[in-house]
Amino acid sequence: MIVRAFLAVLLIWTIPVQADERVVTGISKDNIALNASFNGSSLFVFGAVSRDAPIPIDAPKLDVVITIKGPEGPAVVRRKERWFGIWVNRVSVTVRDAPSYYAIASTRNLSDIITQTEMLRYKIGMDQAVRKVESHQKLYDTQPFAEAVVRIRMDNRLYSQRDWEVYLAEETLFQSEFEMPSNIVEGEYTAEFFLIRDKEVVSTGSTEIIVQKTGIERWLYNLAQNQPLIYGCLSVFIALVAGWVAATAFSLAKR
Amino acid sequence: MQLYLPIAEVSVDAFLLLGIGGMVGILSGMFGVGGGFILTPLLFFIGIPPAVAVSSAANQIAGSSFSALLAHLKRKTVDIKMGTVLLVGGLVGSSIGVAIFAKLKEMGQFELVVSILYVALLGTIGGLMFAESLRTIRRQKKNTPVAPRKRHTWAHGLPLKMRFRTSQLYVSAIPPFVVGIMVGALAAVMGVGGGFIMVPAMIYVIGMPTKVVVGTSVFQFLFVTGYTTIMHAVQNKSVDTVLAVILLLGGVIGAQIGVRLAAKLRAEQLRILLAALVLLVCFKLASDLILEPSEPYSIELSR
Repeated sequence: MIVRAFLAVLLIWTIPVQADERVVTGISKDNIALNASFNGSSLFVFGAVSRDAPIPIDAPKLDVVITIKGPEGPAVVRRKERWFGIWVNRVSVTVRDAPSYYAIASTRNLSDIITQTEMLRYKIGMDQAVRKVESHQKLYDTQPFAEAVVRIRMDNRLYSQRDWEVYLAEETLFQSEFEMPSNIVEGEYTAEFFLIRDKEVVSTGSTEIIVQKTGIERWLYNLAQNQPLIYGCLSVFIALVAGWVAATAFSLAKR
Repeated sequence: MQLYLPIAEVSVDAFLLLGIGGMVGILSGMFGVGGGFILTPLLFFIGIPPAVAVSSAANQIAGSSFSALLAHLKRKTVDIKMGTVLLVGGLVGSSIGVAIFAKLKEMGQFELVVSILYVALLGTIGGLMFAESLRTIRRQKKNTPVAPRKRHTWAHGLPLKMRFRTSQLYVSAIPPFVVGIMVGALAAVMGVGGGFIMVPAMIYVIGMPTKVVVGTSVFQFLFVTGYTTIMHAVQNKSVDTVLAVILLLGGVIGAQIGVRLAAKLRAEQLRILLAALVLLVCFKLASDLILEPSEPYSIELSR
């Protein structure tokens, strides 16, 4: 243990002078209650770069990348194929650890500010989000299924990559806004911050955010999941009352 | 106004839903049909997941049957004994249907099977209605009388006879029980009341008098769809109350408009219009099965 700790300290010391920049992060709240009633809500993320020495004049431009990742969970991905003239789900594949939400925002075009190696190392990028794909039917090419998860979730606004959407002022203060659609999963989200100079990550930081949904919709959802019998009886009861009240109101109005 | 449906997990326009509920209500007010067979496919078209559409439609039918049943009870047009036999069959059928639903969903084939069933159902109903309306219009021109209906059918020869006082019948309990099973299974798998099967069966197979047919079937719908809703909520977690209530409100308003429209317009021409609508929905469902989908992949969370 002692040896390892020592090594770690050594490593920190050997990071080039540039790494004196650290990211100090902030999020509007780290326990967020989202109202799921309408089209979702947005999450405001901000932070600052703290540094011990002034930026050298010849230093390359600073860039910031922020990612937010939602709770991971398994999903079954199915593909329709033509079968006797109609389109039928024929092949299915399980994706083990796809994040339920994944958003990347950056100060400029992502591909211009960071190398492919660094993206792999820090697991940044859509292709990095969905990786563990398992085939039930001994399928050799599972890549299209992983791509389909990203494509469908981008359509549903659960995954997003937005370049030029982190605003960096004076190479010190940065901010961005993340859109959270109504159908996000509740749980622990991770926001990660990457400071980048010369296409390499010079500093990282992260915070956990607890996302909770509020409102009657969320209450109904949780009831349906946790107490399905009560929810079912309640649904029937509400329907009977609503149908009766509406019909009675109309027959009274007719008189 | 965008509205988030908690179980369907999609946002839809509340007025669009009200409009769909209202349109189906107009149809039921005009023709006295439940309209579930047209409601559920319309929900598919606006992007409600098929499993949620079917289960929530059952919930909606339960709600709209209740006030209808009260009205029929007041007019004493319900054969409760016959309704109970139909109902027992319905509960058995619904349980079978809910189990089939769960199995198909697990296999990822629910959407396919329900689409095929709807194409078959709507094609048959639409085709029959179309032919029937044409025949009636022709008959009216020629002025030929309709053949009188026989009260004694083959169903009267079966064992397990029961006396149904309200219907003034002494028939076997087997045919209503079997009809109940079929209707219950359809309610669970397709989200329809099943009047299009039950009403003709009651008249032509069981030989019930026409005046108690609607009241008795509404009695059966209320309990069978209520039971189906609870079973779907427990087994498949696919009932969306918010969706059901909005459709219900639209339906009640639409039914009032429908009753008034029916008084002003000619029934046969209306029936041709309804037949055309049913065939159109059938055609759209069929083409969704045949044409290459724009997104062949789909994701289902394993919870």
